[in-house]
Amino acid sequence: MDDHCYEAVEQLYFYLDGELTYERRVVIAMHLADCPPCGDAFDFEAELRVVIAQRCRERVPEGLRARVYEALRRLEDPSAKTE
Amino acid sequence: MEHMGGLYTAALRMTRNPSDAEDLVQETYLKAYRGFGGFQEGTNLKAWLYRILTNTFINSYRSKKRRPEETELDDLENLYMYKRLAGSEGATAGRSAEDEVLDHITEAEVKEAIEALPEQFRMAVLLGDVEGFSYKEIAEILDIPIGTVMSRLHRGRKSLQKRLYEYGRQRGLVPEGSPHG
Repeated sequence: MDDHCYEAVEQLYFYLDGELTYERRVVIAMHLADCPPCGDAFDFEAELRVVIAQRCRERVPEGLRARVYEALRRLEDPSAKTE
Repeated sequence: MEHMGGLYTAALRMTRNPSDAEDLVQETYLKAYRGFGGFQEGTNLKAWLYRILTNTFINSYRSKKRRPEETELDDLENLYMYKRLAGSEGATAGRSAEDEVLDHITEAEVKEAIEALPEQFRMAVLLGDVEGFSYKEIAEILDIPIGTVMSRLHRGRKSLQKRLYEYGRQRGLVPEGSPHG
């Protein structure tokens, strides 16, 4: 770990979140290409992010969509009867 | 209603209760529909829906219980999990501990770990990492400064990693007493 590594790791999340200026982004990208340990660490973080996002998805429960449509319909026409 | 899957996912992680989550989603759509006149063309529809969802949660659902815990989280080091896994062999011979963990973290573990986060951190992580909103969008949805978004999101993530790492250890996916553990 040298200064460039510390600097990269310090900005890890800003980099992965796409929240850096172009110039800073390029500096880190170049470091990652030059430094396999940092490259691997960043890859792991990016993959973990995907895993977390994918493995907490819920399916919309049966009936919820219809229930919401029905509620919206009643809002438009309060006299409408419930089926 | 293309956003319903995401809204329901977020609602369930917030309320931690399927029936409350369904009610919360329905209420969100009703409020969105009623308030659509106030929606400005060109603003982000998805962010607007999530703003209604989180406000409704905060005002109606959360208040059922006592005020939420204003728990602070320790600021853990970056690369919390990676530093503890790198260089170790996984439970399966010839595989790295990193790959082992990425492949075998279960849905139940991820959901449990997110729901275990204190509320303000959980919201930031859900909006940032699950829904993919930018810092600026999260700041608008939660009505908090951008610096607070960053702090909650980064701390929340690291805490989530710590918990997932512990699950991995308990399940033997990573070696006991790995180098830095």
